[in-house]
Amino acid sequence: MYGKGLRPLSIATCLTLTAAFALVFFYAPLDADQGFIQKIFYVHVPMAIVALGGFVAGAIMAVQHLRTGDRRWDLRSYVAIHLSLVLGVGVLVTGAIWAKAAWGHWWVWDEPTLVSFLIVFLLYATYQPLRFSIEDPERQARYASVFAVTAGAFVPLNFLAVRLAEQLTHPRVLGATGGSMPGEFRFTFLVALAGMVLLFVTLWKYEMASKHATAQLRSLRRKLGGEEALIPAGRSAAPSAGLPARPTAD
Amino acid sequence: MSTWGALVRKELLLEIRARESVPAMALFSVTTYVVFHFGLDRSSLDGDLASGVLWVTLLFAAMLGVNRLFVADREQGGFDGFLLAPVDRSALLLAKAASLFAYLVAVELVAIPAFAFLLLGPSPAQLLPELVGILLLANAGIAVIGTLASALAIQTTARDLIAPLVALPLLIPVVIAGARATTPLMLESGAEAVPAKWAAVLGLYDLVFALLAYAVFDFLLED
Amino acid sequence: MPALPLDEAGKYVAGAYIVFVALILVYVAIMAVKLARIERELEELNELADQRTPGGTA
Repeated sequence: MYGKGLRPLSIATCLTLTAAFALVFFYAPLDADQGFIQKIFYVHVPMAIVALGGFVAGAIMAVQHLRTGDRRWDLRSYVAIHLSLVLGVGVLVTGAIWAKAAWGHWWVWDEPTLVSFLIVFLLYATYQPLRFSIEDPERQARYASVFAVTAGAFVPLNFLAVRLAEQLTHPRVLGATGGSMPGEFRFTFLVALAGMVLLFVTLWKYEMASKHATAQLRSLRRKLGGEEALIPAGRSAAPSAGLPARPTAD
Repeated sequence: MSTWGALVRKELLLEIRARESVPAMALFSVTTYVVFHFGLDRSSLDGDLASGVLWVTLLFAAMLGVNRLFVADREQGGFDGFLLAPVDRSALLLAKAASLFAYLVAVELVAIPAFAFLLLGPSPAQLLPELVGILLLANAGIAVIGTLASALAIQTTARDLIAPLVALPLLIPVVIAGARATTPLMLESGAEAVPAKWAAVLGLYDLVFALLAYAVFDFLLED
Repeated sequence: MPALPLDEAGKYVAGAYIVFVALILVYVAIMAVKLARIERELEELNELADQRTPGGTA
């Protein structure tokens, strides 16, 4: 049951995010050199951390799928990766806004974390096309899990490699406050990060509950009306929660 | 070991007889140099520009090979025959990766001299022997990742598109390390030492992905 | 690095936060559509079940 606990979770998310935004605008002091622009940091960086965490979580769930063969793990992995992609779009857009405000260009290659994130995003953008192009659901799930594991291993390696590449040429331009964060910044950041983590978990459960409900509906429909009552499910990139849609004709 | 040996032998024999991938990849490299000449409007490259052009060309030529890697097995039923045999399945992974590695070496035997001839400013003699080492390390990474991407893509309906899309981001660290490593070799003012750091990065990357590919490859072959 | 004056910087910061909120709201909207579909299907299945109980054997 994915819906269980969703209410307290969403309330917690709401409260934490609201508190975070309040802290950002009323408590955290102005940054010395970037001024007000630095406030973007509190939405951009937590999103990035959570998105990357989501990709890694998707990889771990994919490992579970490969180990146990239980297709529910594939569904969990899919939802985690899908959500991280959505957050990833947010990271890139807010990163671009920050770059424009701080540096005058909509994109900067000097910021290794942003560049690494772009590479990871480009890789995961192939996840859904890959799934969609494999018709057999069982094989689709298996191959998607192999991809998720490979891509998940790639995430930390990629960040290391890009950071090594940029190290000697350019100093960090979009860093927090040039070095370690003093108390008020750190506290605000941690609350924002907590809010983002809660948001991810809430949305994940939300989507899992929705998919689970849809799968149960299909099963119920078949039980009540027999095979003819089923609306044929077209090709899809989303996993079918391990419940067979209908006897496949190949 | 002998399974692997037999498979590699089969791959190389097929390639030597059919001459599909390697000549195409080599020709593609040379043509790409011409395109770069016109695209960049430069007759002579050195330093980081030369390094970059070389690595980009090699990478895209490798994509051609990656696309073709499993095609024959898929179309002529080689997978089923292999799966029925009582052998360790990862032998197929090793064999395909080793063949791709061999193709890359063969292509580079043409592509590097062509590069020196067409576009490289400084004398090619200053590139050796470090270039060989870096290329071998990079080829290993491209071979492993290329084989994995190719195996992922072969069962899809859009395989020519999916394989490069998956492989290229995964290969970006290889390009980073390779290009940074060879830039000092191509300086107009004479070759400088290659930072050991980049060779280490390449080696580590190769190792991690080789282990990863070995672990997951079985799941791609199940049926 | 220049610190932009507050009125200019404010627009960028607002833009970034608006992007974040917009993403969440779009997501909620999509889930709302899915929920509506689930509701509709449940209604259909309920009718299907009603048809079966009078005449059929469970």
